[in-house]
Amino acid sequence: MSERSAIDDQPAQGASGITPPAPVQESALVNAIADKPDSSATDGEFKTVGEYRCQNPYLVAENVDVHYGSNHAIKNVSLEIGKKEVIALIGPSGCGKSTFLRCLNRMNDSIESAVVSGDIRLDGEDIYSKSLDPVVLRARVGIVFQKPNPFPKSIYDNVAYGPRIHGLAADRAELDEIVHSSLERAGLLEEVKDRLDDPGTGLSGGQQQRLCIARTIAINPEVILMDEPCSALDPIATAKVEDLMDQLAQEYSIVIVTHSMQQAARVSRRVAYFHLGHLIEVNDTDTVFTNPEHKLTEDYITGRIG
Amino acid sequence: MQNTSLLIILIGMTAFAYFAGRSRSLAIVGGPARTTRLHSLPGYYGYFTAIWCLLPALGLLLAWILLEPRVIAALTVQGLSDTQRSMSAGELNLLLNNIQNLALGDAISGTADESLQAAADRFTQLTKQSRQLLAVLVFGLSGLAAFFAWRRIHPDFRARNSVENITRLLLLAASTIAIFTTVGIVLSVLFEALRFFQKVPATEFLFGLNWSPQTAIRADQVGSSGSFGAVPLFTGTLLITAVAMVFATPVGLLTAIYLSEYASKTVRSVAKPLLEILAGIPTVVYGFFAALTVAPWIRNTGEAAGLSVSSESALAAGLVMGIMIIPLVSSLSDDAINAVPTAMRDGALGLGSTRSETMRKVILPAALPGIVGGILLAVSRAIGETMIVVMAAGLAANLTANPFEAVTTVTVQIVTLLVGDQEFDSAKTLAAFALGLMLFVVTLLLNVLGLYVVRKYREQYD
Repeated sequence: MSERSAIDDQPAQGASGITPPAPVQESALVNAIADKPDSSATDGEFKTVGEYRCQNPYLVAENVDVHYGSNHAIKNVSLEIGKKEVIALIGPSGCGKSTFLRCLNRMNDSIESAVVSGDIRLDGEDIYSKSLDPVVLRARVGIVFQKPNPFPKSIYDNVAYGPRIHGLAADRAELDEIVHSSLERAGLLEEVKDRLDDPGTGLSGGQQQRLCIARTIAINPEVILMDEPCSALDPIATAKVEDLMDQLAQEYSIVIVTHSMQQAARVSRRVAYFHLGHLIEVNDTDTVFTNPEHKLTEDYITGRIG
Repeated sequence: MQNTSLLIILIGMTAFAYFAGRSRSLAIVGGPARTTRLHSLPGYYGYFTAIWCLLPALGLLLAWILLEPRVIAALTVQGLSDTQRSMSAGELNLLLNNIQNLALGDAISGTADESLQAAADRFTQLTKQSRQLLAVLVFGLSGLAAFFAWRRIHPDFRARNSVENITRLLLLAASTIAIFTTVGIVLSVLFEALRFFQKVPATEFLFGLNWSPQTAIRADQVGSSGSFGAVPLFTGTLLITAVAMVFATPVGLLTAIYLSEYASKTVRSVAKPLLEILAGIPTVVYGFFAALTVAPWIRNTGEAAGLSVSSESALAAGLVMGIMIIPLVSSLSDDAINAVPTAMRDGALGLGSTRSETMRKVILPAALPGIVGGILLAVSRAIGETMIVVMAAGLAANLTANPFEAVTTVTVQIVTLLVGDQEFDSAKTLAAFALGLMLFVVTLLLNVLGLYVVRKYREQYD
């Protein structure tokens, strides 16, 4: 972690050294890595440009590496996520943004070959420490997946699932209250209030995704991770979910992985661009989309890679 | 000529036909470089010719083999004297048998008189002629069919389509063999069972409480008239099945849960093959394990506890049968659990569920229909199981719900009814068919129900 101090020095230099014309971009990057056998030696070359820190950090990742067996999926990534901030992770497929997201609430634990190293702290507490129970962590850092995955239960039971297992409601009336307010905050209550006992799997795709969001906010997490939450939805359902994100941002920190740059521009305050496991650039959304610092970011947002 | 040598020559001709057809197709278009002018690849023209060379001749050969004995017998009978021809069918059959044996040089009953010898000579003569005729016809047909097929080869001729059509018909024929066998078995069981119900009313069979199938074979024999109330057999079967399922369902299900959700890769890679070995043990081995190890152990333990336990108890048979179907229950449950999408697991874990909460509240409910289907299939397996109960459960048809007593099952009774000297039209023997029919109907219903449940569940996620 001692290299961290060097990160802010000369932010764009590493980038300018390795930015030949777009078509050979990826191979150049790979070659640059291959030239240096010791991966820590390459950290300087790929240090993140822009500002990975933020004003009011709540969820902090420092020098995170993830290996799937021999595959080095995340390479020395540091990123701070502020309180009540929406940050978007973008990048081409396979760049590690979903992997990074899943590190933040230890969903990678269920993948046997995944090894996570580095430091991730939630409100100052190391989430990979032995004393921390991943079950408790996941109640604090909720996640919404790419494909809506309501349980094969009623709409009511889907939302009540979390409060029930965490014992958040003392009695039925309280549970009803939690379910209703969660559905309401997810913008779904109007559409389903007369059929709470119908199976959640019978809803449309967009409704299912909002049900999954309601299910997540029902346990009142501190951070919500969203892994391409709209990629399986049509534009109208997408618009609804994006509206919802705007509202949720009043209360929660949101980390969203997306392939849609318009979506990233619409919903996020900051954007982090990942490339081949490296975090290339973190900046304000406006900066990234109007005046990116790094050539790779520019190539990606202008559609030349990815 | 022998059938085998006929066949070998026929195969040789087929191979020749293949090459002839293939090279003709090539020759027609002018060499391998120009095969694109052919509708199909050259090999298909070869196959087409070969199939025509082989199949009709093979059909003729089979038909000949099936019909030949009858035709020759009929022709032999025609050559007999009027008195012999006017004999009853049974006697005529015996006579024919003698003639055949004489012709083949086997031992015959009675003495070989002149007329018999003449008939035998005639029989030998006929057989010889038939063989020669067969060889000529088979080769003739084979060559002729192959020739016409070969003549049909033409660049526009759709050989591939023809070959594929014939292949389809061959596959159809193969599958109908299995289907017709099933239908045949069902019908034969059904008709024999109907014959049984003519002798014993169905109501007595289905609702009678007393099973004692011993009947007097001769009129003057002392013996009971037999009673065919199958209820004790049904209850015995149910009792043993229930014991087996009570044991196998939880063990198998918990095994499946452990292996699919908790076990590490290493444990799984060892435990799964071991379980499959359990499924591969012959049931007769389970049977003597039940009879020689488990049953005495249960009796001794029971007696030590002050219970009266029969040495052939339903408990012993049921327990061992339960062990036998553990792999079935666990592998079907495993399939059902694995069919629950990972998204469900992730969803539950992402909400902060523990592994056991995920299992109990999300995965098991989602997999339940599949598990129930699997258990129904296991029940039908248990009901139909024979060897273990024959060896461990005993023969006494007790009407009891006490698992410490000896009971008997439908399958055991079918075995005992059909073993030994029996006339085949007595109620006792026919009862086996009625029991078989019952068993068939019950297991069929369970299988249909089980498969229906399993399939309905699968559709939910696909």
